[in-house]
Amino acid sequence: MSDTTPVKKQSVADDAALLPPVDVIEDASGITLYADLPGVPKDRLHLQIEADTLTIEGEIDLEMPGGMEASHAEVSLPRYRRVFTLSKELDASKVTAEFSEGVLKLSIPKAEHAQPRKIEVRVT
Amino acid sequence: MIYRSLFPRDVLSELDRLQRELQQTFHFSPSIRGIARGGFPAMNVGGTPQSVEIYAFAPGIDPATLEVQIEKGVLTVAGERKLPPAAEAATVHIDERFAGRFRRVVTLPDDVDANAVDARYRDGVLRISIARRQSAQPRRINIQ
Repeated sequence: MSDTTPVKKQSVADDAALLPPVDVIEDASGITLYADLPGVPKDRLHLQIEADTLTIEGEIDLEMPGGMEASHAEVSLPRYRRVFTLSKELDASKVTAEFSEGVLKLSIPKAEHAQPRKIEVRVT
Repeated sequence: MIYRSLFPRDVLSELDRLQRELQQTFHFSPSIRGIARGGFPAMNVGGTPQSVEIYAFAPGIDPATLEVQIEKGVLTVAGERKLPPAAEAATVHIDERFAGRFRRVVTLPDDVDANAVDARYRDGVLRISIARRQSAQPRRINIQ
């Protein structure tokens, strides 16, 4: 395999990003993930599921007056990114997402066949 | 052969020294109230000749419950973040998001006008804009 073309790959994944805090809660029907992404408008949030990899990315967009100089910065990068590996029993095609006031809520249901079933054991 | 000091320094004191050196390199000069990094909400502070801008990263909070106060040159942002409790049958795998009461305090510069404050909440960020006093703003002086 050779790659001679000097094309510089310029993707978002190459840039440094902040790790947003998350809560992951599982119940019988699936997994709910909450992520804190303050400063990200709805149109700058990117969610992607590829194979079994879930990527959450968001770009921070703050209104800033011209000529502002930062004197103290705890949020020091303009984007968030976090990647999770999903397990097989989750149904990636039925993921639903809500995003409001900087909080993302992702619901990832379990596939039908993976939902718990009560198995009756008959004693003879 | 790997060089080993006969009297290796304690790892923790080495880390302390490293932190001090880093602080000196980047000119962090902690204020009397400390820098309290990692507190909630995370804060960015910046300024222009006309105003001081404070950004508090407090996602998922009803802005009506936020308390913002300026007293004697000190800005306080306080409130409570309530997260829905997990159902009894649920398993919590990761629990990193902040929950509970919070209070953060920022010392303001001397030239701000506590009566000209503008606070808005958007996309989970509280932005507080405080104007500097007219008399303190830089003026160009004409030479006769």
